[in-house]
Amino acid sequence: MRTPPYFHSPAHLAARRWFLKQCGIGLGAIALADLLGVKAAPSGDDPLAPKKPHFTPKAKNVIFLFMAGGPSHLELFDHKPDLARWDGKLPPPHLLKGYRAAFINPNSKLLGPKFRFARHGQSGAELSELLPHLATVADDLCIIKSMVTDAFNHAPAQIFLSTGAQQFGRPSLGAWTLYGLGSESRDLPGFVVFSTGSKGPSGGNSNWGSGFLPTVYQGVQFRTGGDPVLYLSNPPGVDHALQKDTLDGLKALDQMRLDEVGDPEIATRINSFERAFRMQATAPDVMDLTKEPKHVLEMYGAEPGKPSFASTCLLARRLIQKGVRFVEIFHESWDQHSDLVGALKRNCKATDQASAALVKDLKRLGLLDSTLVIWGGEFGRTPMVQGGADGRDHHPNCFTMWLAGGGVKPGVTIGESDEFGFNVTADKVHIHDLHATILHLLGFDHTRLTYRFQGRDFRLTDVHGNVVTKLLA
Amino acid sequence: MRPRTLLLVVVCAGCGASFLSAADTVDFQRDVRPLLADNCFTCHGPDAGSRKAKLRLDVREHALKGGRSKEPAIVPGKPEASELVRRIESADENEVMPPPKSGKKLTPQQVDLLRRWIAAGASYQQHWAFVPPVRPPLPKVRDTRWVRTPIDAFILARLEREGLRPSPEAGKETLLRRLALDLTGLPPTPEEIDAFLKDPSPTAYERTVERLLASPHYGERWARWWLDAARYADSDGFEKDKPRSVWPYRDWVVRAFNRDLPYDRFIIEQIAGDLLPNATQDQLVATGFLRNSMINEEGGIDPEQFRMEAMFDRMDALGKSVLGLTIQCAQCHDHKYDPITREDYYRMFAYLNDTHEASVAVYSEEEQRKREEIFRGIRAVEEELRRRTPDWREKMAAWEARVHNDQPAWHIVRVVNAGDNSQRYVYHEDGSLTAWGYAPTKWTSQFTGSTDRKRITAIRLEVLTDPNLPLGGPGRSPLGLFALSEITVEAADPQTPDKRTRVKLASATADFANEEKPLEPMFDDRSGKKRVTGPVTFAIDGKDETAWGIDAGPGRRNVDRKAVFVLEKPLEMPHGAILTFHLKQMHGGWNSDDNQTNNLGRFRFSVTCADHPIADPLPRSVRNILAIPPERRTPAQIAAVFSYWRTTVPEWKEANERIEALWKHHPVGASQLTLAAREKPRTTYLLQRGDFLKPERPVTPGVPAALHPLPADAEPNRLGLAKWLVARNAPTTARAIVNRVWQAYFGTGLVSTSEDFGTQGEPPSHPELLDWLAVEFRDSGWSFKQLHRLIVTSSTYRQSAKVTPQLWQRDPANRLLARGPRFRVEGEMVRDIALTVSGLLNPQLGGPPVYPPAPDFLFKPPASYGPKTWIEDKGENRYRRALYTFRFRSVPYPVLTNFDTPNGDASCVRRVRSNTPLQALTTLNETLFLECARGLAQKALAEGGASDRDRIVYAFRRCTGRKPTDREIGVLLAFLEKQTQKFSAADAKPWELAANDPSHPPTLPTEIRPAQAAAWTALARLLLNLDETITKE
Repeated sequence: MRTPPYFHSPAHLAARRWFLKQCGIGLGAIALADLLGVKAAPSGDDPLAPKKPHFTPKAKNVIFLFMAGGPSHLELFDHKPDLARWDGKLPPPHLLKGYRAAFINPNSKLLGPKFRFARHGQSGAELSELLPHLATVADDLCIIKSMVTDAFNHAPAQIFLSTGAQQFGRPSLGAWTLYGLGSESRDLPGFVVFSTGSKGPSGGNSNWGSGFLPTVYQGVQFRTGGDPVLYLSNPPGVDHALQKDTLDGLKALDQMRLDEVGDPEIATRINSFERAFRMQATAPDVMDLTKEPKHVLEMYGAEPGKPSFASTCLLARRLIQKGVRFVEIFHESWDQHSDLVGALKRNCKATDQASAALVKDLKRLGLLDSTLVIWGGEFGRTPMVQGGADGRDHHPNCFTMWLAGGGVKPGVTIGESDEFGFNVTADKVHIHDLHATILHLLGFDHTRLTYRFQGRDFRLTDVHGNVVTKLLA
Repeated sequence: MRPRTLLLVVVCAGCGASFLSAADTVDFQRDVRPLLADNCFTCHGPDAGSRKAKLRLDVREHALKGGRSKEPAIVPGKPEASELVRRIESADENEVMPPPKSGKKLTPQQVDLLRRWIAAGASYQQHWAFVPPVRPPLPKVRDTRWVRTPIDAFILARLEREGLRPSPEAGKETLLRRLALDLTGLPPTPEEIDAFLKDPSPTAYERTVERLLASPHYGERWARWWLDAARYADSDGFEKDKPRSVWPYRDWVVRAFNRDLPYDRFIIEQIAGDLLPNATQDQLVATGFLRNSMINEEGGIDPEQFRMEAMFDRMDALGKSVLGLTIQCAQCHDHKYDPITREDYYRMFAYLNDTHEASVAVYSEEEQRKREEIFRGIRAVEEELRRRTPDWREKMAAWEARVHNDQPAWHIVRVVNAGDNSQRYVYHEDGSLTAWGYAPTKWTSQFTGSTDRKRITAIRLEVLTDPNLPLGGPGRSPLGLFALSEITVEAADPQTPDKRTRVKLASATADFANEEKPLEPMFDDRSGKKRVTGPVTFAIDGKDETAWGIDAGPGRRNVDRKAVFVLEKPLEMPHGAILTFHLKQMHGGWNSDDNQTNNLGRFRFSVTCADHPIADPLPRSVRNILAIPPERRTPAQIAAVFSYWRTTVPEWKEANERIEALWKHHPVGASQLTLAAREKPRTTYLLQRGDFLKPERPVTPGVPAALHPLPADAEPNRLGLAKWLVARNAPTTARAIVNRVWQAYFGTGLVSTSEDFGTQGEPPSHPELLDWLAVEFRDSGWSFKQLHRLIVTSSTYRQSAKVTPQLWQRDPANRLLARGPRFRVEGEMVRDIALTVSGLLNPQLGGPPVYPPAPDFLFKPPASYGPKTWIEDKGENRYRRALYTFRFRSVPYPVLTNFDTPNGDASCVRRVRSNTPLQALTTLNETLFLECARGLAQKALAEGGASDRDRIVYAFRRCTGRKPTDREIGVLLAFLEKQTQKFSAADAKPWELAANDPSHPPTLPTEIRPAQAAAWTALARLLLNLDETITKE
C-alpha cells in the first residue's frame, strides 16, 4: 500500500471534505449520525477512518502486553534441565565467540533454572510453576521459544521491538497499525498506551511514537487513575452544560468563519471539538470498572479504583470492545540482574492471572478470534549468572514470547534452543519476522505497508522480515 | 493530444500533485528520472552493493554500454534496439522488468514514455539540485502592477500561464496579524492594530515590517524554527534522559537571528566555532548544534556504540538542515537514488569524528564583566607585588631551584576495570582512564594492575581534567567534581594472584582539598545521614560519610589534583605486585536517573619507593611549565608560575588574602555541551552496514564528488567542511534554507520535500523562483532579515486567504499561491498567542528553561522510566514563551506534543500539522489555557470598555486581530447573558471558574459581580478556542 504522502495531507483531506459538502453530505449529517450512535460511513475527512488492509485480516485488534526489562525465558518458558547440570560451571568457549554482554563478563558461570516446569493442556505446552494461570489457557497459546533480537540494552532493544529499528524516530507497531487500518472508534484514540510496572519503559514515549508518520497515529497515554486522558475533565467551574454551550458557541462562530473564508480546515476543527466533547463522556465510562460483574473482576484479579496490571488488562478488553484498534500495556519490572527468584515470583503474581484471564475473557466474549494478544519483552536473559547466584544479564540471542488469538495457531510451541537456552537451534523468529507476521495477521503484506519519507518508502520491517507461516492458524 | 494527457498522468502518479506544469516534450528530470528511480534504481542505480547484472541506468554511458550481457540497455533514437524496452515490454515473467516479485509494474503509459524518451535521443541531465543555482531572468507578466518584488513576477507568470488570477490584498488587520505571527510568533496588540490602521502613510506596512524585524521576539520565533532542525532538547534521551544544560546554545541561536548573523557564518560557527582563531565563548557555544544528539547512559551499554549513534545523528542533521539531502542511507550502503556513496558518507563523517564531547562554562555578559574585573584585580595585586619586590625574578628563580627535583620518582600502574561493568572506561596512553557511560551514584569501583616495583611505600592517585568530562572534570558531577569516600588497596604476588592482602594506608596528603563542608543538596541520598567532604584523610578514615573533596570554588574547580597515600609499612614484593584499588564513591545522590553522580572522572595510579612522600604541592600545570627551559617560557607561562609562587611567599600573606577574596566573587556561570577538537583525530573507518564493530578500511576526510569541490586551500578539518557547506557554489545549501523559510510562510516549501532535494525529492513548484531566491539570499550577504523583507513585502504574501470552491478544487494545497496562506500556527505559537492575548505573557528573553504547569504523574514512574524533576514555576517564569519550556525527550511537554512539536530525537525540517480532538481538549481544559482565559476576562473587564458589547469587541480583537461582525457579537452576547444568569444562581460558585485560587479571588472593577467574572471567563475561554485564534490567516 504505497500511499503518497499527499493523500494524508490536510489539503487533500480537506478537498475531499469539500467534495462531500458540495455533494450534500454535509458535516452536520455526519455529526448527526455520530450523535445518534450510528457508525457513520467513513467520511474521508479523517486519517483515522477505518481502512481496508491488503487482504482479509484475521486480527482486527491488538493487545500487546509489553513485558519490559527482559523476562527470563529460562525461568518461565524454556525448560533447560541440562542447564541444571551445568550449574556452577563455565560455559563452553564456542558459545561465547563474538558475544557481547551488558554487565557481566560473558565467561561467567552458568546458573541452572530456578523453577520447576510441567506440561499443560492437550498441547502439552511446557510452562514454569510460576505461571499456573497461563497453564489453564495453554491450548490457546502459540509459544515462540526462538525469538531473536539485535540489541542487548533496554532502550535500544525496546525501541527495536516497538519500531523495528534501534534508532529513535521510527513509527511504532501501533502507529503502523493505525496508519494501515484506521480506528473503529470515533470517540476514543485508536492507539491507547498504559504503563503499569514499577517504572515507565526505558525507551520512553518513542515506544508508541508515530515517527515520521502523521502524529495522529501515535499512541495516547491513558492512566488508570484520575483523568484517563490528559485534559479530559472540564476545568473547575465548568459543568457539562457550560461545556456544551461553549462548544455550540464555538461551532457557530467557526462556521461563520468557514462561510467567510472557505477554508475546509475549519470544518475539521469543528469536528475535532465535537469528537473531544464526546470523548469526555466516553472515556470515563469505558474506564469505569464498577460496570463489570464481580466474577469478571475476580477472573482478572482486578479491583475497581485500584490501578494494577490486572485492572489494566480488563480495561484493554473494554477499550477493544469500544473499537480501539491497538492497546499496549508496558509492564517494566523484568530486569532481574539480581533477586531473580524473588522478583520473578512477585512479577508472575502480578501478571500471570490477568494475562491468562484476558485470553479467557476474550474467548468467552467471542473476541479472541479477532484480537491478537502479544506477550513478551525486549530480550531474554543469560544462562550465565550475574552476581552471586540469583541474577541473570540481558540476552538477545534467544528468548520467548507468546501470542494468542487473532489468527494465530492455538496450542503450539514454535522454535527450539540449545541445551543452555543460549542460541536458537530451530525456527528462528527475529523481531522483523514477528513484525511481518503481526502485520500479516492484520491483513497486510509487510513489504507493501509503506510510507514515503525522505525520498524512500519506509516500512516497519525495513528490508527484512519473513512471515512465520508455522504459527498461522 | 495524447502526449499531453499522458504526461499529466505520469506526473500525478509520481508526486500526487497536479500543480506541475504540463509540457509536450519528455523531460528527463521531471518525467524519466523519477520513473527510473522508483522502478529501476534499487538494482540498477548508484548503489554498487546491490547492483544486479552489473547494469547501471542512472548514468547514461553505463546505460548505453549495458551490463553483464553487454547488450546496450539503451540505444539512443532506437527504442526497438534497446534492451531496456525489450525487457519492460516482455511478457515472460522471467524476463520482464521490473521483476514481478519486486511488486512493481510499469503502466502502458510509463512504457510509452520511456520509448519516446529513447526515441528522442535518451538525453540525461544532471539532477537539477546538484547544479549550482544561477539567477534566472525575471519572467514577463501581463499584470505588471501587481508585481511588487521579483517574487511576484515568478508567481504571477505561473498564475497567468495557468489562467488564474491572484487574490486581492488581505485586509489591514489580517495582514498585520499575519505579519506579526510570522516575524515574531506573537499576535499584535490592539494598540499596534490601531496605530497601523490609523497610519495613512504609503510606507506604513514597510515600517511595520522593520519594527517587527527589530523586535527581540523576532529572534525567538525564528530560533524555534531552526531549533527543530537542530533537534534541540533539554535532556539526553534514552532511558536515563537526564537533564542537560544546552540552553546557552538556544540563546545563541536567538541572538544570532536578532543580530542577523549571515547564514554562512551561522553555519560555520555551529559546525566549527571551536576551530576559529581566538574562538569566543559565543563561538564555542554555537558548536552545541552538533552536540544536540542523544546520549545513552543506560547501565550495561558500550558507550562507543552510542557515540557512533550520535555521530550518525550529526550526519543526518547536517544533511537535512544544511544540505537539504538525506544522506543517512549511505551509512549502510551507497545511496540508492542519489550519487552519494558509502565512502562519501564516511569521508564526511571523518571530518566530524575529530572531537571531544566537551562542555564549557558559560557566563552572561554581566558575569563576563565581573570575571574581567576580578582578573584585573588579581593582575593589579600581582603587579603591585612585583613592583614592591624589584628582585622578584631572582627570588622566584631561587624558589624554582629549591623545588626543582624535589619529588620522588613515581611509577605509573596501568590498571583495568576489575569491578562490575556498569560504568565503562576509556584507557589512555598515559596510563590514566576516563569513566564514561552509566554513572552510578553510590558504589565502589575496582581496578587492578601490576607493577614490577619490589618495594612500595606509597600510592598516588592523580585526578585529571579531560575535555570529555563535565566542565572538563576531573570528576563526573555536573560541576566536574567528585568525592572520594574511601580508598583501599590490596596487593598480591604475581605468582599467586588470587591471594590478595589488604595494604594498610597510614597517612594521606593532597595538593588540594576543600574545607570540611556538608555535601551539596543535589546529592541528597534520602538516607538522612550527614555526609561531608573535606581533607584527603577523609578518604582513609574508614567512614563512608566523609570524603576527600576538591571544590576550590567557581573558576578554579576544574584543574588536576593529586593525593598521596602512604602505606603503614612499605610493601616488599620480590616479584613485583598486582595491586587492586577500591574507590568507594558513596557521595552521590539517590537517583541514578538524574545528574546525581559524584564519581571520579579521569584518574591515574602510581607508586613510589621513596620514604615519606607527600603530594606535590605544585599544581601539575606549574610543574609542566617548570619543565620548559626558562628562556623558552611565554609571558603567560611566567605569570602562571608567579601566580602559584606568590602563594608560597609568607610575607605576601595579606596580598594573597586579597586575591583569595577576589576569587570569592567569581560567578558560577552555566554550562553548555560543545565540541573541542582532539589533538589527534580518530581514524575513521568505512563501516559495514553502519556497524561500529565491523570496520572495513580507514578513510580520509573528504566531500561527495557529486557536489561542489573542496577548494584547494580548504582547512583539512571541520572548519574546512563547514566552509565547504556554505561555499558560494554549494548547489543545495542556499536552496534548502530559502525553501524552508518559504515553507514557514506558506505552509509548504517550493520543494515540498524540504529534507530531500535529491532525485527522490519532489521537483520545485517554481524552479526559477527557488533559484532566484537562493542566489539573492547568497548575494545579499546571506541575510535572513533581507530575505524576510523580500517575502513579506511581496504581493504574493499580502494576498487574502479567502478561497472559493473552484480555486480550492484547482489547487487545494495552495501551491500556485493564487491566495494567501492560512493554517493553524505551530504548537509554541498556539500557547504564546493565549499568553499574549490574556496579558499574562512574561516577555523576558533567554535564560535557563522554565517549568510551566504539567501533569505531575508524567514525570514519575510508571509513566516515566526514572523520576524526573519538574517543579512547577509559580512565579513569573510560569508565563514565559513556549520556546523556554523545558524539553524532556522521553516526556515531552504534552501541550506542545499535542500540537505536533517534534521532541528532538532527530533533526526535523518539516513538521506535520494535525487537527485532532486531543488538541481541542488541550485548549479547552489545560491549566494554563484556563489561566489565560481568566487573564483575558479580567483584562476585558478592566480595559475593554463600559458595555459588554465593547468588551466583546475588545477581547475578540485581542484574539483574532479584527473586530467581530454583528452576527458574531450576537452569538457572544447571548452566550454571555446565559452564563451570567447561570453563575448568578444562589448555589453557583463563580470563583471556581473565575479565580486561579477561589479563596483569593482577583480584584475586579467595582461594578463587576463575581457571576460576571465567571461568565466572562467562560467567554474568554471560548474565544481562545476559536479556530481563528490559533490560525495564521
